[in-house]
Amino acid sequence: MYTDLNLKTIEPAELVNTARTLKGEGYRMVQICATKIPDAYELTYSFDKDHELYNYRVIVPEGTEIESITDSYFAAFVYENEMKDLFGIKINHIALDFQGNFFITNEPTPWKGKKAEEE
Amino acid sequence: MAKQTIIPFGPQHPVLPEPVHLDLVLEDETVVQAIPSIGFVHRGLEKLVEKKEYTELMYVTERICGICAFGHNWGYCHAIELLMKVDVPERAEYLRTLWHELSRVHSHLLWLGLLADAFGFESLFNHCWRLRESVLDLFEKTTGGRVIFSVNKIGGVHRDISPEVLTEMATVVAGMRKEVNELINVFVNDTSVKNRLVGVGVVTKEEAEDLCAVGPTARGSGVVTDIRLTGNGVYDKIGFEPIIEEAGDCYARTLVRCRELIQSMDMVIEICETIPEGEIAVPVKGKPEGEFFARLEQPRGEAFYYVKGNGTKNLERMRVRTPTNINIPFLVKSLEGCSLADVPVIVICIDPCISCTER
Repeated sequence: MYTDLNLKTIEPAELVNTARTLKGEGYRMVQICATKIPDAYELTYSFDKDHELYNYRVIVPEGTEIESITDSYFAAFVYENEMKDLFGIKINHIALDFQGNFFITNEPTPWKGKKAEEE
Repeated sequence: MAKQTIIPFGPQHPVLPEPVHLDLVLEDETVVQAIPSIGFVHRGLEKLVEKKEYTELMYVTERICGICAFGHNWGYCHAIELLMKVDVPERAEYLRTLWHELSRVHSHLLWLGLLADAFGFESLFNHCWRLRESVLDLFEKTTGGRVIFSVNKIGGVHRDISPEVLTEMATVVAGMRKEVNELINVFVNDTSVKNRLVGVGVVTKEEAEDLCAVGPTARGSGVVTDIRLTGNGVYDKIGFEPIIEEAGDCYARTLVRCRELIQSMDMVIEICETIPEGEIAVPVKGKPEGEFFARLEQPRGEAFYYVKGNGTKNLERMRVRTPTNINIPFLVKSLEGCSLADVPVIVICIDPCISCTER
């Protein structure tokens, strides 16, 4: 059962409208994952409809701000706060914004581009 | 407008086995808003991909949670197997499904005990946990461990179960089933239990869908979501159907778990009787390269696993999204408008696992 990744890359500016469209079509948001890549972050937004998984990839250059999708999916506040706290990704207009205090960590944004060996 | 008071709930509270904090905004005795905070036990396990080899991560993933240890391990293996295009032998898939459904039985019994404890029915709590011990005994007999099994490996499982032990297991589970039915009778029909659960923490189907809820929490509100329908394990061979209740209150969420308990025991018995002969693992060569997503239905709901490899022994990224993580918005919604006295029962009804959530 090597199912297809169902992965589509979109621009950061398309994110909010894509989420709004998917919500309107009855997709459930499954998760948002951030991965650090050189000089940028790779965000993967996963959605489910009828038990099929659909993924959208957004590449966010370091220092770029993106918009929250909590307008369409309120539950996204969990992941957006996590990405903000751990990776330092700047996300605007989160419906429930903990201002960097959702995860309690010893240092701010501990996963912001540092390898474990360097720590 | 009535004067608002904020009452802190947790991170240490008798009903909470693990730390989560809620700021409860009250007007008189009614909760008008609940603001959650987590992060008290964040361990950064996902970060360990940089130090541990992808095979060593097997042992990290089973330590994400003490209740779903086997499931997280299976989910990680499943993601790596999809990425490396490994065909797992049929007998190994049967064994994995067997241990996973037994894990669901012990998880739901543990939860029923915690629920009974939350509304003060101590003897019911003791009986639930007494029965759970029998499941842990079966784990010990078949894997050597009661919490951490380490039986999975990429490409199959380490241990087989002999026909004699499978027969014994089916007999033990069939015996337990009678006792579990007696317990369920109390949860479903006892007036004092129903008084604490019926009509409490109601979330409609539309609201649950809107909040992206998963697992028994969502199914108690009538949402048809169960990753066992997607072809994992051998669920398609043993005639699995998801259990749905429509009422959306704490009682409905309890009914879903009670019925799932019986369903899982039936599946265990069926697997013991129908498991095919064959290999339990295949050799796996090479290193993971590329990326893949996998999902698994844990006792608390859908868990999500993402792995990204670069052809070396270390992964670039491993991501685990646990069921409680996505059920926190549902919890916030279900607390709105409830009485302060009902907060512990509503919180326990999403079966929160903060250890999973924090990773």
